[in-house]
Amino acid sequence: MEYIPQILFLVMLIVGFGLFGKSAMRIRRNVLLGRDIDRKDRASERMNLMLKVALGQSKMVVRPIAGALHIIVYAGFLLINIEVLEIVIDGLLGTHRIFAPILGGLYTAAINFFEILGVLVIIACAIFLYRRNVMKIGRFHSTEMKGWPFKDANYILIIEIVLMTALLVMNAAEANFPDDHRAAGPFLISGLIAPLFAGMSYETLHLIERACWWAHIAGILFFLNYLPYSKHFHIILAFPNVYFSKLTPKGQFTNLESVKKEVELMLDPNADPFAAPAEPAADAAPQRFGAKDVQDLNWVQLMNAYSCTECGRCTSNCPANITGKKLSPRKIMMDTRDRLEEVGAIIDVNKGTFVDDGKSLLHDYITPEELWACTSCNACTEACPVNIDPLSIIVDLRRYLVMEESSMPAELAPVMSNLENNGAPWQFSPADRFNWAQEG
Amino acid sequence: MAAGETPDILFWVGCSGSFDDRAKKITKAIVKILNKVDMKFAVLGTEESCTGDPAKRAGNEFTFMMQAMSNIQVLNAYEVKKIVTGCPHCFNTLKNEYPELGGKYEVIHHTQLVQQLINEGKLKVEGGEFKGKKITFHDPCYLGRANSEYEAPRSVIEKLDVELAEMKRSRANGLCCGAGGAQMFKEAEPGNKEINMERAEEALALKPDVIATGCPFCNTMMTDGVKYNDKQDETQVLDVAELIAQANDL
Repeated sequence: MEYIPQILFLVMLIVGFGLFGKSAMRIRRNVLLGRDIDRKDRASERMNLMLKVALGQSKMVVRPIAGALHIIVYAGFLLINIEVLEIVIDGLLGTHRIFAPILGGLYTAAINFFEILGVLVIIACAIFLYRRNVMKIGRFHSTEMKGWPFKDANYILIIEIVLMTALLVMNAAEANFPDDHRAAGPFLISGLIAPLFAGMSYETLHLIERACWWAHIAGILFFLNYLPYSKHFHIILAFPNVYFSKLTPKGQFTNLESVKKEVELMLDPNADPFAAPAEPAADAAPQRFGAKDVQDLNWVQLMNAYSCTECGRCTSNCPANITGKKLSPRKIMMDTRDRLEEVGAIIDVNKGTFVDDGKSLLHDYITPEELWACTSCNACTEACPVNIDPLSIIVDLRRYLVMEESSMPAELAPVMSNLENNGAPWQFSPADRFNWAQEG
Repeated sequence: MAAGETPDILFWVGCSGSFDDRAKKITKAIVKILNKVDMKFAVLGTEESCTGDPAKRAGNEFTFMMQAMSNIQVLNAYEVKKIVTGCPHCFNTLKNEYPELGGKYEVIHHTQLVQQLINEGKLKVEGGEFKGKKITFHDPCYLGRANSEYEAPRSVIEKLDVELAEMKRSRANGLCCGAGGAQMFKEAEPGNKEINMERAEEALALKPDVIATGCPFCNTMMTDGVKYNDKQDETQVLDVAELIAQANDL
């Protein structure tokens, strides 16, 4: 009978991590529905970028208040979770604070430090809740944030507050244990709230302490399994997302290889216009020009979608959005993720194959009006703290509109024909191109 | 160039610089600077053609590729090694998107060239009529964020002994003028404000004597914004090359 809590703990751990693993594999599968793109080059540069931008949070602090608060929560997450190691060992071995006798004074110092961080995390999360719900900061209330995205953010903050509170209450209860039952403590912060539990019987205190211990670890496992269904998955994907982000200049767009080949053929004076097209490789699917649906995007773009935590810095820096246009780079990412989830669900239902549902990312989620509002200024990619690239998706969707649907704003059609006919966006003769040199 | 001489540098004028009356003045200012330092430069003249930037940003990869490949044929035929552009869009396209297609050149923006000339002591500049004036620089997206060049235009402006005032949104945080991504050639999508108005108001709030730019499209957009606010008598919109040429009576 005495092993029951340990067995229960082990089962909880296996189920918790097992379910998370399954969700993680589902997301991996969905991301790999994207086209291949080589981002394995310049490994050391990528590693440095990841250390600086993801681990070092360098782009978060561009906005000092949100940045500082975020670093507190982030440091709390990274460091306080060291304590989870002890919780797991205790849970499996049936011990209590196994590191306390081993580390001695260092243990007290560590827990004191975690407690201070824990309180800071609670304060930071409370301020975040205040900013979202009371101050109603604009970027948290735009149209794409209605409903689930808004609730999701609040749930995350509340869960974090509950987890930290459980740790502090657990320590506070133990602080009131009789000396011969107390493994460690009292500690700095929980010591302050310990008087709340003074006078309770050891049995009650022990019950509170155990309840908080179980609540904390169960809460963590629940949170772990909440992540894959939440914007909060960024805590995991931020790292690979930055690692695989674009290293070439922001202004450099990809050259479409398929178009290049066709144009080369057109320009080649020796090409035989009546030659039979080369047999396409058997496994090569006919490639669309640009992207209509998520499968036409590359896997980095799809990973971007799952890495987005909907902070809205992109949108609040977007010149089109600032001036009231429909475009919101954040919505581009959320739409991409939502459509990808939908495509993934269809694949799951149909035992591994995608069955056309008559919908697509373009038109059903993202409208041409949004796409045509973009100035390609790169404010969104600059603002993103984890190097997400909404612009590349906008351009790929535009490419499909223009090259596959021959659809573009009416004013652009003559611009294109001018380019083709006289090599300038305006209707000027190429012969007049050098006239400026003769004018005074 | 067709004469078989080898110039130091090719000046890529661009469509705006060739055809737009306002931008032609920028072209001439750049030429004056090149002449001042006796640089042997060439232009392609009637053999130049659009780099394909507006087509590419609009998603028309076919038209872009046609333009790019025929331009590369011309540039390679003349064995061009180094190019200076008067426009950040041409600069970006030539520098970043042509190499993969076989057009490998050293490409610099004219503000970078002017900075080099000043640093090397080849070009001496004085503040002239701009001495002590308040100038703010509007970062063109395709020079700034797109290619991380924020300092060259500023260092050139500072040489003029002026007060360089920064807008709140500058450098990597700079706000677009509204013309990029082929927007120059189309109506804006429905919204509640024009982007160039938003930007012009930000610049005018500094009460500058000059709003400086390094891009013919930004120049058009900012000029329109200044005029709309009826401030054209107080605030000029000038390219960095024009500042240099005017201040030094070139």
